[in-house]
Amino acid sequence: MDNYYQSKDLKKFGEVEEFNKDLAKKFFDYYGAVFAEGALTEREKSLIALAVAHAVQCPYCIDAYSHDALEKGCSEEQMMEAVHVASAIRGGASLVHGVQMMNHVKKVSM
Amino acid sequence: MLVKSLKFRDSLLSVAEEQVSILSNYSDRDFSSYLKNSGIEKLTSRKVEIFQVNLGKMCNQTCRHCHVDAGPDRKEIMTRQTMETILEKLSGTGIRTADLTGGAPEMNPDFKWFVKELRLLGIHVMVRCNLTIILANPKYNDLPDFFKENNVEVVSSLPYYQKSNTDRQRGEGVFESSVKALQMLNQKGYGRDGTGLLLNLVYNPSGAFLPGSQASLERDFKKELSEKYGIVFNSLFTITNMPISRFLEYLIDSGNYEYYMDKLIDSFNASAAKNVMCTNTISVGWDGYIYDCDFNQMLEMKVMDESREHIRDFDLEYLDSREIAVGQHCFGCTAGSGSSCGGAVA
Repeated sequence: MDNYYQSKDLKKFGEVEEFNKDLAKKFFDYYGAVFAEGALTEREKSLIALAVAHAVQCPYCIDAYSHDALEKGCSEEQMMEAVHVASAIRGGASLVHGVQMMNHVKKVSM
Repeated sequence: MLVKSLKFRDSLLSVAEEQVSILSNYSDRDFSSYLKNSGIEKLTSRKVEIFQVNLGKMCNQTCRHCHVDAGPDRKEIMTRQTMETILEKLSGTGIRTADLTGGAPEMNPDFKWFVKELRLLGIHVMVRCNLTIILANPKYNDLPDFFKENNVEVVSSLPYYQKSNTDRQRGEGVFESSVKALQMLNQKGYGRDGTGLLLNLVYNPSGAFLPGSQASLERDFKKELSEKYGIVFNSLFTITNMPISRFLEYLIDSGNYEYYMDKLIDSFNASAAKNVMCTNTISVGWDGYIYDCDFNQMLEMKVMDESREHIRDFDLEYLDSREIAVGQHCFGCTAGSGSSCGGAVA
C-alpha cells in the first residue's frame, strides 16, 4: 500500500459488513435514519456533516460531504462558513484551555 | 468561458458518432442490461402526450453544459414549411401539449406564427425560454406580453439563485439579465397565484454532480429569489446534466468523465427507468426528423423505423407504441430521482 488513504476505498465503505454483517447493518440503518429529513433539513444536516468531516479531518468524509452539499444545493459560501465553524470550534477548544494554563500558572506563581 | 460551439471549433465532439463511441466504450455495464435486470425487456412508448419541437440550434448564449451545442454561431433553424407539416400532422390527434425548445426558440423568425397556429389547434404550448433572450434585443422585449396573450407556459433555466454559479455555467451577466427577465414576467402575472400563467424554473447542477431533492431545492429557490429579488414562480424542475456534447467536453477536460459516468451508473434507479420522458414524449428536430427524446436527437439516433422517421411520414399509431432507442447516455435520465424535461420522475 502506497498511501494510508486511497480515494477509491470510499466506494468500498459498505464492504465493512464482510467482517461483521449485523453491526454493519445496524450502523448503516442508523446512518440513513440520521441523515433523513427531520427537524433539520437534509441540506442543514449535510452542512453539519461537512463541518464535522473537517473537524475529524476525515478525507473520505470531506470528499463525500463536499459532493453531498453541492447536490443538496448548498452554495460555496455556505460550505466555507461551515468549515469555519469547525475551525472556530477546534481553535476555540485549544484556546479555552489557556484558562487551565493560566489557572496553573497563577497557582504556582508568586 | 466558451464563446463558440463545438461545431464552430471543428471539435471531434461535435460529431454524434464520436460521442456515442466515447460513451459506449467507457464501461461494460450497459444500459440495456440494467433495464432487463429491472424487468424492462424493451423500453417502449406508453402514448405520445408531449410533442417536443426543436426550432433550431441558434441561441444568444453559449452555455458550457449545452447538450444541443447551441450558440450564436449555429444557423440551423426550422423552416416554416416544416412547421406547416407539423401543424397538419398534429391536427386532429389527441396530443395536447407542444414543448418548444432550441437553441433559443424565440430566435426563429416564424416562432410567433407557429405558437399562434398551435394555440388555434387548442394545443397547450410550453416554451423553453432562456430568459436573457427577452433583453438581448429590443425586438424581443415584447415576449412577456406575447407569452401572456397566448397563455404560453414558460419554462426557464436558472441553475442557481446566485450569480457566481449561474454565470460560470451560462455566461457572464446571465444571472443579472435572468433576474430582470423573471421580474418582467412576474409583472405580467407569470408565476403568480390565480393568473393561470405558469412560470417554471429548471435547475441543473453547475458541475459533475447530480441534482438533490427537487422539493427541497424548490423551497430554497423560492425563499432566496423571493427575499432577494421579489421573484415568484410555480415549480422548479431538477434536471441531470447529460454526458453529451459540451457537457461531455467539460467532463473530459476537467478529468471528471469517469467519475461522473460511474456516478450515473451507480445511481441507476429502476423506478425512474419506468417513467423516463421518452415513454410519453417525442422530439422533432429542426430538420423534421423524429427522435425518441431531445438527447437522442443530439446523438442523431432517430426513431427505429426508418420509414417513419420524418415528420412527413408521421404515424402516431406507430409512435404511440414504438420501441425506444437507448444508449449509455440514458443513464443520465435514470440516475437518482431520475430526470426529464419536466424534472424528477421518481
